[in-house]
Amino acid sequence: MKVTLTRRYSFSASHRLHSNAMNEAENQTLYGKCNNPYGHGHNYVVEVTLAGTVDPATGMIANLVDLDAYVQKQVLADFDHRYINEEIPAFKTLVPTTENLCIEIYNRLKGFTGAKLDRVRIEETSRNSFEYSGGA
Amino acid sequence: MFGKCNNPHGHGHNYTLEVTIAGEPDGKTGMVLDLVELKVLLEREVMARMDHRFLNYEVAELKGMIPTCENVSMVIWKLLEPKIRMGKLHRVRLYEAPDLFADCTDDAHSEGKN
Repeated sequence: MKVTLTRRYSFSASHRLHSNAMNEAENQTLYGKCNNPYGHGHNYVVEVTLAGTVDPATGMIANLVDLDAYVQKQVLADFDHRYINEEIPAFKTLVPTTENLCIEIYNRLKGFTGAKLDRVRIEETSRNSFEYSGGA
Repeated sequence: MFGKCNNPHGHGHNYTLEVTIAGEPDGKTGMVLDLVELKVLLEREVMARMDHRFLNYEVAELKGMIPTCENVSMVIWKLLEPKIRMGKLHRVRLYEAPDLFADCTDDAHSEGKN
């Protein structure tokens, strides 16, 4: 049996989907409304899943207070109420799709020392979600 | 370590339990497992034991364990897994709150990650 623990966090941020690999018309065709020049916002939900053994002394995979503090420092402090394209360095060149956001947030959290990071899942809306579990 | 969760008189949660069964749909019924059978099993094994109980004192299977979300989900897995007659128990997901849940899955289905 494998046991994981998942905590859900949320932040609000704006982005614009626009790829420098395509011209204006191609961007508009591909991304539609998401390509509007002034960006648009989402209330993102980030699920952070930790795997590991349950410590018999504490009954926990990891101390949630430590995880909360780490996610606050590594992710929420930088992303909440920001324009992702302009204010998060990784997205100066990457298109801020939620696929890429999953990878960026996974990489920001993989250094957590309390337990192994198993997965990052992000809900961009209640209908769209994306997951990343690290490289193959 | 446990903060508010260590208050001496305990505290409550409205737990939500998701149970996932995996398998081939039966050729005759089209079902992996009869939902009524699952419902009866969950009522007997989980609800009767844990609903409106003080988990620290009233659930024999949790004796000697700290009733964290991880441990409660593992106890539920162990109660259910041997009693699933059709299909296999694939996942037990126990929400302690809308923003916190533990998953138990079969190692064989966990893509080799641990």
